[in-house]
Amino acid sequence: MSESVKATIDSDSTGNVPGAPVTRVIKRHTLATRLWHWTNLVCLVVLLMSGLQIFNAHPALYWGEQSDFANPFIAIHARTAEDGERMGVVRIAGQAFDTTGVLGLSDDNGQLRERAFPRWATLPGDKWLTMGRNWHFLAAWIFVPLVVAYLLYILLVPQRRRALFPTWVQLKNIPRTLLDHARLRFHHEADYNGIQKLTYLLVLFGLLPVMILSGLTMAPSVNAAWPWLTELFGGRQSARTFHFLCATALIGFFVVHIALVLVSGVFNNLRSMVSGRYRIQVEAHDGSEPRHD
Amino acid sequence: MTDSNTRLSTSSPPDRARRRLLGGLCALGAGTFLTGCDRLSESAPVRAALSNVEQLSYKAQRLIASRQALAKEFDESQIAPVFRPNGTTNPQEDYYRAWVENGFADWRLTIDGLVEEPMTLSLLALREMASRTQITRHDCVEGWSCIGQWTGVPLADLLDRVRPADTARFVVFHCADHTYGGSDLYYESLDMIEAYHPQTLLAYDLNGEPLPVANGAPIRLRAERQLGYKQAKYVMRVELVESFKQLHGGKGGYWEDRGYDWWAGI
Repeated sequence: MSESVKATIDSDSTGNVPGAPVTRVIKRHTLATRLWHWTNLVCLVVLLMSGLQIFNAHPALYWGEQSDFANPFIAIHARTAEDGERMGVVRIAGQAFDTTGVLGLSDDNGQLRERAFPRWATLPGDKWLTMGRNWHFLAAWIFVPLVVAYLLYILLVPQRRRALFPTWVQLKNIPRTLLDHARLRFHHEADYNGIQKLTYLLVLFGLLPVMILSGLTMAPSVNAAWPWLTELFGGRQSARTFHFLCATALIGFFVVHIALVLVSGVFNNLRSMVSGRYRIQVEAHDGSEPRHD
Repeated sequence: MTDSNTRLSTSSPPDRARRRLLGGLCALGAGTFLTGCDRLSESAPVRAALSNVEQLSYKAQRLIASRQALAKEFDESQIAPVFRPNGTTNPQEDYYRAWVENGFADWRLTIDGLVEEPMTLSLLALREMASRTQITRHDCVEGWSCIGQWTGVPLADLLDRVRPADTARFVVFHCADHTYGGSDLYYESLDMIEAYHPQTLLAYDLNGEPLPVANGAPIRLRAERQLGYKQAKYVMRVELVESFKQLHGGKGGYWEDRGYDWWAGI
């Protein structure tokens, strides 16, 4: 199998040759994967926006077990500048940044008001902690069991494992794949490339578990039941900070993911996640069966 | 990935109309989603559905977590220099001001409701009972945490003395303060599992000193496996009930009546 992967990667299949390249439409994603993907999108958007609503109730992050109110690691607030103007400020490890209009001080129904994240970023838009919590827990109860089920599925089904764990050839080809990405030259193949696989693994087995576990750590009843979980994160306030930082990393993943979906053939990519069908490039004289990996 | 799902072809021009439709639907979807969620937050059935999630969290935690599990206790060196007060910090009620004036000498705690032997106790009588001291972390629903040392009477000991009836399912804590000077008295409630938990105290000392007014003098509740709003301050009366439907807003607590979860374990 590794030989055929190498052959496909080595061949220049950008389609810039005269005459249309031969392509083939394969079924890339199963119905389960597609449903999982779009349910995740809805859940993650609700989780993020309701999470920002919850954060707004106390817009400061700390390290350790408790809050050292005078010395937060990150704080978002409004203050009055020397000229009397109100300004929004983000403070990270002692450094202050002027973020007026977006963070700390933003438009709230036609008036500049102090709020960490602006109303367009929170769910609900109004300052309403309890409703933010309700949405957050509802989405979490849908999202978390699905993530756990999917992680088990990946680990238990060999076919899935092959689809997500990179081969040695793919790992070796990462520098080349990076270079191709930089040149916006994308190979449309049945298999994910090494960078894709490593990124998905990092998100699935790194960010998401930390996100879920640090979220659970914020619950006092969970603290009593599993104190080791809190200790793992170095205290409850550290867990809250990790929860926030992982959410930021997930936004980073989201942005890169969307950008690559857009530049590497948005229609083909979207179709593969909607109907499951994905067009791949094959070598012109290759009449063989599509690869089943 | 069966063969029937694959077909060999050459690149055909993309279906522009379908692409435009797809793009339009995406934009429309994102726009309606945001306003939609805000509207949904206002609708009664949706709010009822959202509160069912609370029951799910409650039952899941009761199922998975040990009922006797203790909240972590900390070292003296970790006690916060100032224990941050929240909610009402200086009740202005005449009766309360009078208690403060004479050092709570004629303040009394009433324990009644579905009990075999209702009783009234002075602060001195409470202080003479066996006490428990614990250094625990207080987690506010807003997100901050503060570590303090609490000394008080285990609620279980008091319940043993008044002997709850078999029908008693909740312990309600009635407080002296009208929250934020409004028209409603603060109150809270626990189920019998949290009420009998060894770390659930009626605390009269904070960090070795009599409880300051800002933190709930003369006694406040400590239920260490619950969020801050459960830790009722200025407790005057402990009532055992079968249901809290008839009390105030009927949701079992001041903040619960304003939409917060009764189960404050998360």
